[in-house]
Formats: sequence, structure tokens, C-alpha cells
Amino acid sequence: MFGWSELTPVLPELIILATACIVLILGLFTTHEKGGLLVLTSIAGVVFAAIATAKSHMGTQELVKQVLFNGNFVRDYMGDVLKVAVYFIMLFVFIYSKQYLRNKNIFKGEFFALMLFGLLGIMIMISGYNYITLYLGLELLALSSYALVAYDRDNAQSNESAMKYFILGAIASGMLLYGMSMIYGATGSLQIDQISAAIGQSQDTMLVVFGLVFVLVGVAFKLGAAPFHMWVPDVYQGAPTATTLFISSAPKIAAFAFAVRILGQSLDGVFAQWQHIIAVIALLSIIIGNLFALQQTNIKRLFAYSTISHIGFMLLGFLGGEEGYSASMFYIITYALMSVAGFGMIIVLSCKGFEAENISDFKGLNQRNGWFAFMMLLIVASMAGFPPLVGFFSKLYVLKAVVDQGFYVLASIAVIFAVIGSFYYLKLIKVMYFDESESDQEITAGFDVKSILSFNALLQLALLLFIPSILGYCIKAIESL
Amino acid sequence: MSLIHYLVLAGILFVISLAGIFINRRNVLILLMSIELMLLAVNINFIAFSSYLNDIQGQVFVFFILTVAAAEAAIGLAILVVIFRQRRSLEVDKLNELKG
Repeated sequence: MFGWSELTPVLPELIILATACIVLILGLFTTHEKGGLLVLTSIAGVVFAAIATAKSHMGTQELVKQVLFNGNFVRDYMGDVLKVAVYFIMLFVFIYSKQYLRNKNIFKGEFFALMLFGLLGIMIMISGYNYITLYLGLELLALSSYALVAYDRDNAQSNESAMKYFILGAIASGMLLYGMSMIYGATGSLQIDQISAAIGQSQDTMLVVFGLVFVLVGVAFKLGAAPFHMWVPDVYQGAPTATTLFISSAPKIAAFAFAVRILGQSLDGVFAQWQHIIAVIALLSIIIGNLFALQQTNIKRLFAYSTISHIGFMLLGFLGGEEGYSASMFYIITYALMSVAGFGMIIVLSCKGFEAENISDFKGLNQRNGWFAFMMLLIVASMAGFPPLVGFFSKLYVLKAVVDQGFYVLASIAVIFAVIGSFYYLKLIKVMYFDESESDQEITAGFDVKSILSFNALLQLALLLFIPSILGYCIKAIESL
Repeated sequence: MSLIHYLVLAGILFVISLAGIFINRRNVLILLMSIELMLLAVNINFIAFSSYLNDIQGQVFVFFILTVAAAEAAIGLAILVVIFRQRRSLEVDKLNELKG
């Protein structure tokens, strides 16, 4: 039964909840021009949550898996690693979005409160141990994201993309719930470990597989994998860049955890059935993402299609057993870092009344500002997967895990389309270095944002030193599930 | 009334709501109504299974789905109002600025 001692392991969630409420109230007393306090409070909340999460790993004692609140919530190693990655990414998100909101003159407290509620949803998705908790975390994140996408309310594109996101998101939740209800009917339980046990004992898995298909639709939608990717380009392009920055990074990590909890932990008994579906979804994502990205002129839309192909790569790892899961985990964490840097670059190059969202806005960036052209080069090359950047190694580990399981055809198709995909990344680099600049726009971003962005981009190179330790955390996380 | 009857009813409602979303090309409000119907179909499923299995968890889930559906409707209607204020129409076909 419930005891007060159960509240200690959920301290990070409680801190984020309290911060969200504080920021919501503080926002009422803050004018448009000021607002540094809101950002500071949000950052402080995230830092405290990070300390609370990391504290149980200090010293010599190992974190034992704790299942709390009558089996609704789990605190395990995987959850903690993913949460620390999410905190890290949220710090970048807060700093970049401050710059963007000030530029566009739409700085309000609600934005940060909604992001913190979204972060809480992400943490619950990572730690849910029951279909009810997982669903509630998902909806908390989704509802905050809908509002964040519609945030720039006088902008027709922002509204339109919010409506599309809302409708498609609601259909996906409906599908997911329908699948969950079928699995509940087949196994008689909603808790992850009990479902897994019930599937192991039963002879007839027809009803479970029927539910599984619907659940997969929901999961694929939340990840933005093809053929359920229609919302991704529209939402990325239409949403304010500060929101795109957020939905392209941290929620992907949450969706990964969600997929691992549902597919890897509760439906592991029907792996033989879902592996084919996941293989098709992954390949379609890689193919569609890379081919459609070739013809884009809007850079936010281009990054959206690139996200789809990256998600496809990440899903390939699900086929590779335990090694594959840890490779996917490494992939999604490094991808979130790249993506946040990519959108951060768009924000830094924008200034009052101008948004650098077309590829042509990057023309001759090298003449205007050599340093940021180099930073963009690092980010884009890492997304394309050129060695020695971190994006290369994350692709390498996923492919290695897949090849080890004997999926040679899958791996070759993935590599071929990754090569095709590098065309549009190279085009971006060519535009920056070899085209004539059309404007002599100065970069007006503040020193703090510039230095944080440089740090974020240099991480693509610097993470090289930490690959063994990060990969070690990922492997340990998956082993301790 | 057996379990199958309830499941078939829920299945029919689910398909009607999906058809409502994909066939409807007129009004955004109808999309919101279809989404509500979809969640209610799922609720019937959960309650039928819950009563069949003699297990309370399914009914607890239904309470949560109902509250989330209410929150979702609130956000959906808010976005709808913003769109209407700007375009003076709720036609689905007019939502076509973003494509490619």
C-alpha cells in the first residue's frame, strides 16, 4: 500500500511539478521585456531534479529497481539515464527559446510552464510501469505540445499545424487505447510485468496480436515514423521554432522509453509478430524521410524529414536484441542533442522580424560569420553521419547490432538510403561555403546563446571522448531492465 | 448479452468515428466529435472486459480516459476558436497552407 517513503524516489518529478506551478504564477507578474527570472527558475528546477536523480547513483551503492505506487511507477537505471539526458537537453531548449521568444515579442510565462508540464509528462512516460500511467504521461506531454504549437496564435501557420497535430494525435491516442484495451482483455492486467507473464503462459495470442497492431500504430505516430509521419513536416514548419526545438528532441527520448516499456518489456512474448512490423516501419521511415528531404527548400521541413529517417534508424535497433536496444538508446540520445543544436542554429541566425528558415538564408554564411558556419557544418555533418562526429558512431552501433542478428538486407538498404540522404546535408554545406551571400545580416543573438550553441555544436565532436562511457550506461540500462 | 456483443458494438463505434474523421471534409467540429466517439468506444471495450474478467483496473482506466478526453476537448476547442477568429471558417479543406 501507499507509504510516504514512496515519495523519495519520485522526488525529481515532484520538483518539476512544483517548478511548473511556480513558473506559471511568476509568469503573471512578468512583463514581456523581462523574463530572465522565468528562465532562471525553470533552469534551477531542472538542475535540482537532475541532482535528485543523480544522487542515488553517487557513492558505491547500486540503484535497485523499485516498483512504486502499487506497480504504477518504476525507478530503474534506464529511466534515470534517459531522464538525465532529457534534463540536459531541456537546458539547451530553455536558453534557445528565450532568445526566440524575445525576438518575436511573444515572451510569456505560460510557454515555460507548458514546457515544464511537458517535461513532467516525458518523465512519467519514461518511468510508467502500468498502461494507465504510461497513457497519462503521454497525454500530459501531448496536450502541452498541442498548446505549445498553437502558441504563436496570430500566425495562421501555427494554428493550422496545431489543429493537424491535435487531430492526428488524438486519432493515435484512440488507436493506442483500443490496442491497450484488447491487450487488457487478453491478459487481464494493465501492469507491464504481469502482462508479460500472462502472455508467456497463454497458448493463444490472437487477441494480443490484434491489440499489438493498434498499439504499434500509436507508438509509431508518437515517434513520427512512416507511414504515420504526415504530421511531422507540417508541425515542424508551422510551429514557432522554439516549440519545434522542443518537440524534435526531448519527446523523442520519451517515445523511445515508451516503446521499450510497451514492446520490449510487456509484449516481449510476441516479439516474433512485431519484429516484422517494426522492420517495415523502420525501412519505410528511412526511405521516405531521405527521399522527401531531397526536395525541401524550408530548412525546418528538411529537418523534419531528416528526423523521420533518424527515427527509422533508431527503430532498426529494436530488432537487434539487447545490444540493439542499447544502440537505439545511444542513437536517440545523441540524435536529440544534434536536433536541438540544429534548431538552435536557426534561432541564433534569426533576428527581429526575420526568421532564417529557408535554405537560401544560409547562403554564404561562411563570409558573414565563419565560426557559426563551422558550427553548422559540425551539426549537419553529424546528422549525415560523417566520421569522426558522434552521428557516425550512433549509426554504426545500430547497424552492427542489426547485422549481428543476420538482417543483412535491412542493414544494406538503410546504408544506401543514408548515403542518398547525405546529399541534402552536403547541399546545405555547399550553400554555406560556396554560394554568395544575399544579405549582410549581422548575428544579433546574445553572447550567452551564442556560447551555449557553440558548446552544443562542439559536443558533436567532443562526445567522441565519452562514447565508451555513454554507451556503457546504455548497455547497463538495458541489462538492468 | 455476452462479451462479444459489447466488443462488436465498440468496434462499430470505433469504425464509425474513424470514418467520420477520414470521410468528413467539411467541418473541423465534426472531427472533434468523432474523436470523442472514438474514446467512448474504447471505454465500452474496457468496461466490457473489466466486467468479464471481474477485475477493477479496466474501470479505473475508464475514469482516467474520461478526464483526459475532457482536457483534450478543451484544448481542441481552444485551437478551433483561434482558427475561426483568424479565418472566419472551419472548413477542413481550407487548412492547406502547409504542404510539400
